[in-house]
Amino acid sequence: MSTVQVIIMILALAAGVMVTRFVPFVLFPENRQVPKTVEYLGSVLPPAVIALLVVYCLRNVDFLHGSFGLPEILSILAICGLHTWKRNSLLSIAGGTILYMILLHFIG
Amino acid sequence: MSGNHEKRAALKAAFPHTVPILTGFAFLGMVYGMLMASKGYGAGWSLLMSMVVFGGSIQYVAVTLLTAAFNPIQALILSLTINARHLFYGISMLKKYTGTGRLKYFLIFALCDETYSLTSTKEPPEGISAKWFYFWITFLDYSYWVIASFAGGLLGGLIRIDLEGLDFVLTALFVVLFLEQWREKENRLPAAIGLLCSVISLVVFGADNFIIPAMILLAVSLLCGKSRLSKQYHSQKAGEEK
Repeated sequence: MSTVQVIIMILALAAGVMVTRFVPFVLFPENRQVPKTVEYLGSVLPPAVIALLVVYCLRNVDFLHGSFGLPEILSILAICGLHTWKRNSLLSIAGGTILYMILLHFIG
Repeated sequence: MSGNHEKRAALKAAFPHTVPILTGFAFLGMVYGMLMASKGYGAGWSLLMSMVVFGGSIQYVAVTLLTAAFNPIQALILSLTINARHLFYGISMLKKYTGTGRLKYFLIFALCDETYSLTSTKEPPEGISAKWFYFWITFLDYSYWVIASFAGGLLGGLIRIDLEGLDFVLTALFVVLFLEQWREKENRLPAAIGLLCSVISLVVFGADNFIIPAMILLAVSLLCGKSRLSKQYHSQKAGEEK
């Protein structure tokens, strides 16, 4: 690909991302009343989307073969335990990640 | 409060929240830069890509596109599909980002998964300017990614890092944010619906195609449960105001 072609590719990719990010704000500008349904969705979406992001991160884990997703399952359980116990976000995240790296090394 | 003091106080409040993202982006950004370098796209290209596109998954996919035949239409469509979830982010940030003035353009431009996961669930502490708090979270995350991918491009084939599994830090962040959401009773039903819809879609449509069906299923389920969920939501709001 030539330099110009690469730049066109980058702009095409950026356009795709920006459309998805800007569309809601363009459709519902500040000076217009947001429809009740949209406002309702906005209020319940964050917890639902965080759940979607957790699943998204685990989408390529194979629970039926290889390590059966054990490193992921055990690390997430450890995060739940740590977080219920201490409720320190950074500690739970660090603990879970370090455990995951160790497990991956031994059973991954 | 003077302008500068206000900004600095917001930065101090925002930074600790972004530490897990700093770790995740430092790793994933560096690997991205190295991957690009291995395909003949040096640090400058990684920098440009990260600054202009700023989207982890699409940038990784784009590495393959850049080594294939020139096809910008395909790139645009792929980018729209992979990033469709951002539509939900915008809908839930309409209210919070109201009145943020000039900063709003940047808040929207750089609203990635990780930034959304923080700005949608965290509130600024007492006395901290909300718009600067959200701005700093967004700006810090953006800088981590841009700088890391540039550094990765520079290091290229020079070093080999063996940090296998460090990218799990972002999964861990989302799990913790999920647990934090779960503590609030009125969030449990939407959180459970989100989990269920995503898992069903993943099983049915597979890892590469599940996001958009999951979004549709999620929106339909949340709309069907509206009367029940919004009652809960309003009673919680009323509780807060008392």
